[in-house]
Amino acid sequence: MKRLLTRHETYVFLAIVAFSIVITVINPSFFTLENLFDLLKSYSLMGTFAIGMLFVLISGGIDISFTAIATITGYTIAVLLLKYGESLNIVSVFLIAGGIGILLGLFNAAIIYFFKIPSIITTIATLNIYYGILTVVSKGKWLYGFPTWFGDFNNIRVFTLYTPDGIPYGLSIITVIWFALILIGWFILRYTILGRSIYAMGGNPASAQRAGFNLLGLNLFVYSFMGLMAGIGSVIQALLVQTVAPNSLVGKEMDVIAAVVLGGASLTGGTGSMLGTILGVTLIAIMGNGLTLMHVSSLWYKVIIGFVILVSVGVSAYRNKRSTRKHIITEVN
Amino acid sequence: MAEPFLSLRKVSKHYAGVTALDKVDFDIQKGEIHCLAGENGSGKSTIIKIISETVKADPGSVIEIKGHPVHGSNAIDAINRGIQVIYQDPSLFPNLTVAENIALGGFVAIHRKLINWKELRQVAEKAMARIDVHLPLDEIVREISIADQQLVAICRALTRDVELLIMDEPTASLTKKEVDSLLAVVTDMKSKGIATMFVSHKLNEILQIADRVSVIRDGRMVGTYPSSELDDEKLTVLMTGKKVEYQHFVAAKNGNDPILECRRLSRRGEYKDIDFKLFPGEILGITGLLGSGRTELALSLFGVSQPDTGEIYFNGKPVKIQSIQDAMRLGIAYVPEDRLAQGLINVQPVGKNIIVTTLDNLVNRFKLLDRTKVISSIQRWVKDLAIRIPSVESPVQTLSGGNQQRVVLAKWIATQPRVLILDGPTIGIDVAAKFDIHEIIRELAGRGIAIILISEEIPEVYNNCNRVLVMHKGCILREFDTRETAQEEIQNHVNGAF
Repeated sequence: MKRLLTRHETYVFLAIVAFSIVITVINPSFFTLENLFDLLKSYSLMGTFAIGMLFVLISGGIDISFTAIATITGYTIAVLLLKYGESLNIVSVFLIAGGIGILLGLFNAAIIYFFKIPSIITTIATLNIYYGILTVVSKGKWLYGFPTWFGDFNNIRVFTLYTPDGIPYGLSIITVIWFALILIGWFILRYTILGRSIYAMGGNPASAQRAGFNLLGLNLFVYSFMGLMAGIGSVIQALLVQTVAPNSLVGKEMDVIAAVVLGGASLTGGTGSMLGTILGVTLIAIMGNGLTLMHVSSLWYKVIIGFVILVSVGVSAYRNKRSTRKHIITEVN
Repeated sequence: MAEPFLSLRKVSKHYAGVTALDKVDFDIQKGEIHCLAGENGSGKSTIIKIISETVKADPGSVIEIKGHPVHGSNAIDAINRGIQVIYQDPSLFPNLTVAENIALGGFVAIHRKLINWKELRQVAEKAMARIDVHLPLDEIVREISIADQQLVAICRALTRDVELLIMDEPTASLTKKEVDSLLAVVTDMKSKGIATMFVSHKLNEILQIADRVSVIRDGRMVGTYPSSELDDEKLTVLMTGKKVEYQHFVAAKNGNDPILECRRLSRRGEYKDIDFKLFPGEILGITGLLGSGRTELALSLFGVSQPDTGEIYFNGKPVKIQSIQDAMRLGIAYVPEDRLAQGLINVQPVGKNIIVTTLDNLVNRFKLLDRTKVISSIQRWVKDLAIRIPSVESPVQTLSGGNQQRVVLAKWIATQPRVLILDGPTIGIDVAAKFDIHEIIRELAGRGIAIILISEEIPEVYNNCNRVLVMHKGCILREFDTRETAQEEIQNHVNGAF
């Protein structure tokens, strides 16, 4: 119990419960299975990006360029779908997007590692390069009209229920993909030497080097994993809206970083958990959804998200400060 | 004598023309506790680097392990030969658990892919059992004490086959009690055939358990001595090459009115019922263990934190010191414990560091910095404190510890303080430079500045102060007049305060 109270995740969970109660009181349609499945589907995109971001933050870095990577991978598969749509299938689409994402992530990692440029600077630069090249090539054109199988995949449900009005809803295949990625990420972080080494490197890179960890390998993995998640995320985005627009993702980096930080990951590296990340994404999701259901103008969304992040980060910083103080100074009777 | 575990013959090392080591002979027996003593810059760390194979010695040097010559160039090779180094900063992962810190490195080294948490705990438990220590396996390393962190580093070394453990300045940040338990662990390792090499310039505790002591000075081996033949004083002479004798300082009394007085000063969780008077021209010592409240009290006198209750009188008048600006206006200056983090702007040149406290006085009529005033101020203080630097443009991070401390002192003396609080002014400074700093402090007291000298080194406060306050758990345990007390008595009070 005491251990539970010291965990950041507990507080995020309590915040989720509190928000849910408030929203449900104001609009009971929030607390329905239909709304839940809907939310799970539409926030799979942010959730997928968040998994990659969690890895990067734990390793002690940050990646701003992932939205640009996702824009490139998304645009590439859109072009391919329009040209060779019938000879492709969903697996090959994911493989192509993921592969390109990995390559672009490797490029980030190589620059960060070999030139010792802070990851935030590097990825702001590559964000502009990746996004700039794409804008030049695409001329900002929207792509749509994908093959029917691509649209059909989006409508697959693992099981289907019906509202009293006869409208079908249920657990979407896209949500299942997101859950599978969560499980993979959780397993890597928890049960592989690779995962623990990422935590170790984020905690103290100098110690990691002295202990004989392969820092280059770890960096390559972390940023290419982020690239992979960006690639997969771009396919999810294309599935969800059946349109690829070059400007739909860039600019949303901060929302993802905020969700992961909200879930307890530290910008200084070394901390963060998959559970916390899911909770962080959930909190952002229900707040966005809740505001709509409470008929609050969506213009307030950013303001409220900002406050929640400030409070969350502030509270955990305050708790850290208190625990270190307790440590330095012996009790006076 | 049996064949040594490690032997160095005529080992030299030159860095870009500078001689770091000059034909050093040195050996370590199996299971021996060996101290390598020397001042900063004497070549101690170069020896560590050569033994741990992170740098290569010059051609002609002979390094043998168990009689076999080695030509290593890789830290992993040394680890595989059973040599491990625990650095001053114990190189742990603060965000991971004790168990992971102990066992993870070994798993990485044998290229394991997956983690079996049960096995990981067993590896950690086995390592702890070898030296009979008990640490909470699931505790995050950030949350445990520095002393326990060092034990974690030792346990980590023990997960591999270690025959020689090198510890770089292991006691620097430990309390007396923690040092004792560390020494018990080392003695225990000796009985299991593991040799330990201590590298330090602060050796009085280690002398008790060491077999032999090697002294290095200016890159040359002065000699190796059985530790029974040495005491602190002899060792200092060997290390510095000169005899340093402590003269007891007697302050010239400047009047009977205290410049600073505290009455029943308390701050919750930090210090309680603090009463003392400070007179101009005296050096008042405050000693006590880490966490006794000594630094917290000083921070309140300097306006960093505020006392909850009690009064402070300055020059006979009650004052409230609510900010650092208030303290500076009264003429109170504070030289912090951690001079690198708090006292200096490391990348900035010496000159800019010195004038940073007095910028307001160095302006012309347009309120812009006056170059002539700046230069003359810098020159004055560099000369006054005999700071030895190639140029006032050198960044302070390139200076030695002793010279850095002079820069911090200069920066505060430039404000012409009436009360100067020095917190651990000689931490991490070698013996000769320490002596010079003490000279400066005494000279400042001679000018009529009232000085509070906070230090956990008893000889330091004993020899420099007329009165010494011993703090424990936030309270002043007792005040001593050093002219009427033996040094041991103060030491006993500090130690007995557990």
